[in-house]
Parts: sequence; structure tokens; C-alpha cells
Amino acid sequence: MIEAFMQSFMLRAMLAGILVGFMSSYFGVFIVQRRMSFMGSGLSHAAFGGVALGILLSTEPLWIAIPFTIIASIGITLLKDKTKLGSDTSIGILFAISVALGIIFLSLKRSYTADAFAYLFGSILSVQTSDLIVTMILALLTVLTFFFYWSRWAYSTFDRELASTDRIHVTIDDYVLNILLAITIVVSVKLVGIILVAAFLVIPAASARLIAGTFFSMTIISICLGVISSIIGLITSYIFDLPSGATIILVQALIFFIAIAYSKVSIKESI
Amino acid sequence: MNDIVIEIKNLFVNFARYSALENLNLSIPGGSFVSVVGPNGAGKTTFLKVILGLLKPNQGSITILGKQTDELSPFDLGYVPQVKTLDRSFPAMPIELVSTGLKAKWPGKMKQKDKKPVMEILEKVGAGNLAKRPLNKLSGGELQRVYLARALIRKPKILVLDEPATGIDWIGENDIHKIIDDYKSEFNATIIMVTHDWEAAYHHADHVLMLNRHILCFDTPDKAFTEQCLRQTFGHVGHRHEMIFVGRHHD
Ligand SMILES: Nc1ncnc2c1ncn2[C@@H]1O[C@H](COP(=O)(O)OP(=O)(O)OP(=O)(O)O)[C@@H](O)[C@H]1O
Ligand SMILES: [Mg+2]
Repeated sequence: MIEAFMQSFMLRAMLAGILVGFMSSYFGVFIVQRRMSFMGSGLSHAAFGGVALGILLSTEPLWIAIPFTIIASIGITLLKDKTKLGSDTSIGILFAISVALGIIFLSLKRSYTADAFAYLFGSILSVQTSDLIVTMILALLTVLTFFFYWSRWAYSTFDRELASTDRIHVTIDDYVLNILLAITIVVSVKLVGIILVAAFLVIPAASARLIAGTFFSMTIISICLGVISSIIGLITSYIFDLPSGATIILVQALIFFIAIAYSKVSIKESI
Repeated sequence: MNDIVIEIKNLFVNFARYSALENLNLSIPGGSFVSVVGPNGAGKTTFLKVILGLLKPNQGSITILGKQTDELSPFDLGYVPQVKTLDRSFPAMPIELVSTGLKAKWPGKMKQKDKKPVMEILEKVGAGNLAKRPLNKLSGGELQRVYLARALIRKPKILVLDEPATGIDWIGENDIHKIIDDYKSEFNATIIMVTHDWEAAYHHADHVLMLNRHILCFDTPDKAFTEQCLRQTFGHVGHRHEMIFVGRHHD
């Protein structure tokens, strides 16, 4: 065990897991309360398109996937704002385009790429030092938003119009949120996998919602659950040699069911 | 009397090709209590949203306290929105909602010193016992009181209310109107209140604005509640008109 943790790949994975768990469970509270979980799916599949392009160009996929996903997130927001389409429709369209592009890009790269699989399902072995640096920078930015954006995002999540009457620029704030969300999704993909990233964003926040009485406590609880489940999940996945992303998600799901049981019990007690 | 606090000139608002407000011209002196009446879809809420800066006029100008709407501070205006379907899934408590009136942002962990004024104002609107209940468990009338507390706590120069007494029981309605009247006289505030309750408009306001896309009458209650104004605004007068006149004989 101990030696395992001394191994640098495991250390990297653990650090990445904690940071990614923190960021996605933090942004997750806005996703859950704004009913944007489909946005998470849309952006992770946009990330797939970006990753595939990176693989095709034989560069570090992250550098392509980040701008690719940011553009997709801006595209979704623009399409929603400028047309009569609902956000689910605009996400669905960009989702399909990105996956289609991704498939074409991968098929153009004739040689077989094991890489693509790592991205689909997530792998702790794939976390590089460069990923870790990007993740740390993003985590730092995320901490900063806690001081400068949290209360504004919270306000406009509660009621956009009321927040606007208090001179909060809700539209600009939405873009900031969506761009940070896009980057968070891309950096989470290596560890969790494209298929599961959306769930990874939603489950800790949903569990926190069941327990919390205020949006602030929901945020704090969600972050704690996100970080704890990453740690437990990574250790379990190492011991039993299981895929990291899937294991973390199952730990999150376990906590979710405990939260349901807890909220039922506490309602009974209060009656 | 007081200076003009709201000045509206040749104001038009359209939604796509639908024109909601046409050629409004209006000057509201500070310290007045204006009731806005008109049928459903007349543009009353739209009118308030222009004052609040939520909607930009397509034509014309609006000046509030001598400033453009986007130059105003959030604390110049207090707003009680029309009762609407609140997002029932958002975890929040009334003290938090009221504290947005004080801080113009959503509170994190609330400090004791911020809770005190919030509790005081909640007591004042008769909602002290609700302070820490989940917001999504409140009834429509209870919610309305919390929104009123939120608007009053910032002590605005102009208080904008969209049907504040809707869903409030009869005794409570009198309380609410008394609280608004008291606030007005204590702070010499300007009140703009949309209401479907002609009696309340008649008894509490000093000006009545009859709106149906255009301004049809803007005058003291006695001069505004005439058959002609009502007919122009509502198309027909109906039996409620009689009630107003009954009320008038009592005065
Ligand atoms: N965002 C919008 N987009 C398009 N049309 C709108 C919008 N908001 C309001 N309208 C239209 O403008 C008109 C005026 O609406 P408004 O909400 O101001 O009416 P109101 O007088 O407040 O009615 P009520 O008494 O029912 O509250 C309505 O016909 C409405 O359909
Ligand atoms: Mg209205």
C-alpha cells in the first residue's frame, strides 16, 4: 500500500482526483440547481471531439480539447440566447456535431490508438505532470471564483430577474461559469472518462441537496462529498485494479443512497 | 411639492412585433403613492420592469432620481415581484432572501450582526416565525410578506410593488397596506404599486395610473375612478365599479 502511494503515478492520480473532485462538485451545485446536467453531457462529448482532433494531430489532446470545448460551450449559450431553441435542443445539436467530428478524426488516424480508450473510460495511469499543472491552475481559479462569483451565481440561480434588478450581469456571469465548467470537464476526462463525467458533476451536488438547508451549506457539503469519494474511489480502484472513473462514481452513488436514507429519516424525526 | 423622481418621455416598449407600451409620458413627484391599474396583459408589469431597468425602452427615455436606469444603485429601488412560481428546489431560508435586500448579493454563512436587522424587518411584516423555515415550504401569502421585507430592508427612495397583497388574507392585507403607508410617510418614499384591488388603490394612493398599453388616466383617485376612465381602460366597467362608488359615499 504505502509503496504504491509513493509511486509517482499514484501520487499524481490522487492529487488530480482530489482537485477534480473538488472542482466538479463545486460547479455541480450550479448544474443541479440550474437543471443543466445535460450541459455536462454535451460538454464532455464536445471534449471527445477535441481529444480526437488532438490524437489525429499527434499533439497533447488536452491543448486541443480545452479550446474546442470552450467554443462548444459558447456555441451552446449563443444558440440558446439568439434563437428560440431551448438549451436542451442546442446542446443536443452541438453534442452530435462534436461526436461525429470525433469519430471522423479518429477514423482518419489509421493507426490504432489505445489513447482514445483511456479518454472514454478514464485511467489513472494517463495523468501526466502537465495535466496536473493545468488542473492546479484551474483549481486555483475555482477557489478565486468562490470569493468573487459564488454569491452572484447563487443569486441568479435562485432568480435571474431579481439578481438583474440588483445590477448583476447575469449573462456575462453565465459565460464565465460555462467556460470554467468546460475546462473542468476536459481536465476531469482523463481520470473519469468522457462517458461518466456528466454523472461525476451531478451526484455529489444531488446528495448535498438532500441534506442541506441553504445553498451555502449545499456547496460545502457537495465539495466534501466530491473530494472524499475521489479519495475512497481511487484507493479502491488501485487495490482491486478497477477503472478509476467508474469506481469513483460508484462511491458517489453509494453516498447518494445514504443521503436519501438520511433525508427520509430526518423528515420522519421532524414530524 | 417634491421634485420629480420619475420622468418618462415618449416611451415605447415592444416584444418582437407586439407593442406592449405606447407613447407613455409621465412625471411622478417624489413622495407620491401611485397605484397602477389595468386589465390583464395591459403592460403593468412591463411598465415596472422599465422602471427597474430590466427592460430597455425601444424608444423614448426614462429618468429616475435624475439618472439613467443603468446609473442607479440597486439600493435606490425596492421591488416586490408579482407572485410567481418560485423555484421550489432551491435550498434557501427567508432570512437569506431578505438579506439580499440588504447586501444585493446571495449570502454565504450569515453573520449574527446581519441577522439582526433581517429578523427585525421580518417581525415587522408579520413573518418573524418564518425566518428559518425552508423557503419552499411557505404559502403564497407568506412568501409575499418575505418579499416585502426584502424590499423594505434596503430603505429605498422608490418602492415598486407588483400586486403585493395577492394571496394575502383580508386581515393580512390591511397589515400590508398599513406597513406600506407607514414606510411611505416615515421615509417620504415614492410608492408605485400595481394592483387589481380598486378599493386599495382608491384608499391608499394619491395618484391612480390607468394603463392599457397607453396611459388613459393619471390623476387623483377621485378624478381617475370615473366611469369614462374605467371604460377606456377596461373596455367595460362591470359591477366592481359600483363598489368603488359605495366606498366613496362612506368617506
Ligand atoms: N418577455 C415577453 N415577451 C413577449 N411578450 C411579452 C413579454 N412580457 C410580456 N409580454 C406581453 O406584453 C403584454 C403585457 O404584459 P404584462 O406582463 O406587462 O401585463 P400585466 O399588465 O402585468 O398583466 P397581469 O395583470 O396579468 O399581470 C402581454 O400581452 C404579454 O403577453
Ligand atoms: Mg403583471
